[in-house]
Amino acid sequence: MDDILKIGGREIRNRFFVGTGKFARKGIIRDVLEASGAEVVTVALRRVDLDSKDENVLDYVPEGRILMTNTSGARNAEEAVRLARLSRAMGCGNWIKIEVIPDNKYLMPDNIETLKAVEILVKEGFTVLPYMTPDLVCALRMAAAGAAAVMPLGSAIGSNRGFRTEEIVRIMVKELDLPVIVDAGIGQPSEAARCMEIGCDAVLVNTALATAEDPVMIAGAFDLAVKAGRMAYLSGVEPAIEGAEASSPLTGFLRDQE
Amino acid sequence: MKKSFYNVYREYRDLDFGVVYDNIDKVQIIRTLRSDRISSRGFLALLSPEGEKLIESLAHRAHELTMRNFGKVIHLYTPMYLSNYCDNECAYCGFKLDNKIERSTLTLEEVRRESDFIAGKGFENILILTGGSKEAAPLDYIKKCVRVLRGKFSSISVEIYELTKDEYKQLIDEGVDGLTVYQEVYDEKIYDKVHISGPKKDYVFRMEAPERALSAGMRTVNIGTLLGLGDWRKEAFFAGLHAKYLQDKFPEAEISVSVPRIRPQVSGFKPFCHVTDRGLVQIITALRVFLPRAGITLSTREGAFLRDHLLPLGITRMSAGSSTKVGGHTKCTAAVDSEQFEILDKRELDEIRKMLSDKGYQPVLKDWVNFWDNARAATTTIA
Repeated sequence: MDDILKIGGREIRNRFFVGTGKFARKGIIRDVLEASGAEVVTVALRRVDLDSKDENVLDYVPEGRILMTNTSGARNAEEAVRLARLSRAMGCGNWIKIEVIPDNKYLMPDNIETLKAVEILVKEGFTVLPYMTPDLVCALRMAAAGAAAVMPLGSAIGSNRGFRTEEIVRIMVKELDLPVIVDAGIGQPSEAARCMEIGCDAVLVNTALATAEDPVMIAGAFDLAVKAGRMAYLSGVEPAIEGAEASSPLTGFLRDQE
Repeated sequence: MKKSFYNVYREYRDLDFGVVYDNIDKVQIIRTLRSDRISSRGFLALLSPEGEKLIESLAHRAHELTMRNFGKVIHLYTPMYLSNYCDNECAYCGFKLDNKIERSTLTLEEVRRESDFIAGKGFENILILTGGSKEAAPLDYIKKCVRVLRGKFSSISVEIYELTKDEYKQLIDEGVDGLTVYQEVYDEKIYDKVHISGPKKDYVFRMEAPERALSAGMRTVNIGTLLGLGDWRKEAFFAGLHAKYLQDKFPEAEISVSVPRIRPQVSGFKPFCHVTDRGLVQIITALRVFLPRAGITLSTREGAFLRDHLLPLGITRMSAGSSTKVGGHTKCTAAVDSEQFEILDKRELDEIRKMLSDKGYQPVLKDWVNFWDNARAATTTIA
């Protein structure tokens, strides 16, 4: 099955994306990537220290993976733009996941500031993937501004509460002409599978991996779940029907008349 | 929203804590531990004598919340003292005006050398401190020090005398992104008693310093109460309420809380109350459960054994390789024998990093991008 996700001119075969924060040691990130086969890896630029004589998180991203730095720590569009430019200047490539989070209590993104950053960075030639609270109208505006994909949250970052925004994300999947990647809140492989079953293009997971007793094993499980969900979607499996069929037919009278 | 945290303090100041404690039962604490919306009264229940009986449950909940919100990561920083001149007479402090100690203020050349030494060890997050003398270490001097530091560190915090909003803004414009300011003691009467003279005697001006800094755009603020002055349950309660107030009023900022216990220093001040290790655990875990997203800072005031064991209970930031002496890292001044207080955990950065790795934590040195940071930033032509 040749099922390729295209973002920013790159062809991606593995729809399971991985975040690199919160791990007990940086070295485990390589094992996680190898176990899962994940191709897209996000790294917080604020944590990257190229000058350090010690190990750097980038050292653990194997050759051939797509590095997507993120603007974690940015509180407004201006800071996100500065971080993105710095990322490129540091040689971290062109992919940028915009995170603008002016809320340290729940880590909720600011869609309005995020949109502003998308508008600026697309013009500067970045491949821009905005992290956002699910919102169709705002996502359409991000698409119009040239975002390469949108990344709606499944529930609050780090909450492991699962795919709670399904109803809105389902509409986004239906209406948007660009990839929809669920990011944040996914705690179990079954939830990742669910995202894929309803037609999302990829899923990004971090906390659930970093805080598991065996991050490598759970990464493998997520990879399988994402693949299973994707296959289910492509198979055209009959969606679950809400409510039962009415037992007394409503059009029976037509037959009676004939 | 209240005008300032002082209004919140006044709301609870005259509360009869004893009566509140008497009405707290086990069921209420268990319910609080299961809730994700904890009221101020719920927080007080966690800090109560009844809460102490459930300390193991408190610890488990605190650990779970810390993992979820921060993962297996500890941020590391180190302090650097610029000056120990002081105009304040604070009963508990080694730098107080009356103490006959060697005084010194680093020259900019000494700042350069001391900071090169610290940066050479691998630190990215530095906390610079002065005593409470605006004359010996004026704002202009601190700004010059920041200019020396900003190319070398990705995050610069200050712990200095209280400033006005405009003065905080000036420091932010120079590259400072963090402020540490402890109320020392929330109990206003004890505050008045231990702050015998000097500008620090102004309780409300001190209390509102975090708000002034945050409204000037400060990115991170670390507050705290010096444990050993007021009733520790009450003090922890007010410190938690203060952090909550700042989180609510400035959601874009990172708020953290320190839990420093008074350490011995030259004047031989005896704490008014003793906070046991068990008490410290109760404070840390109650803070974590009440404020799942707040940072909790643990300094080298505590010993290695205790620090290592407090780690999983909610700690997110630790200092390492610390010295509380002016020029203490390179031993470059005459005041190098005059410390603000004794440190207990004397481990160097490498030892702390190894301990963290062994315990399954990732030591994080860099967690911010100082936009003043070196030539790389210049090449990006920031608009």
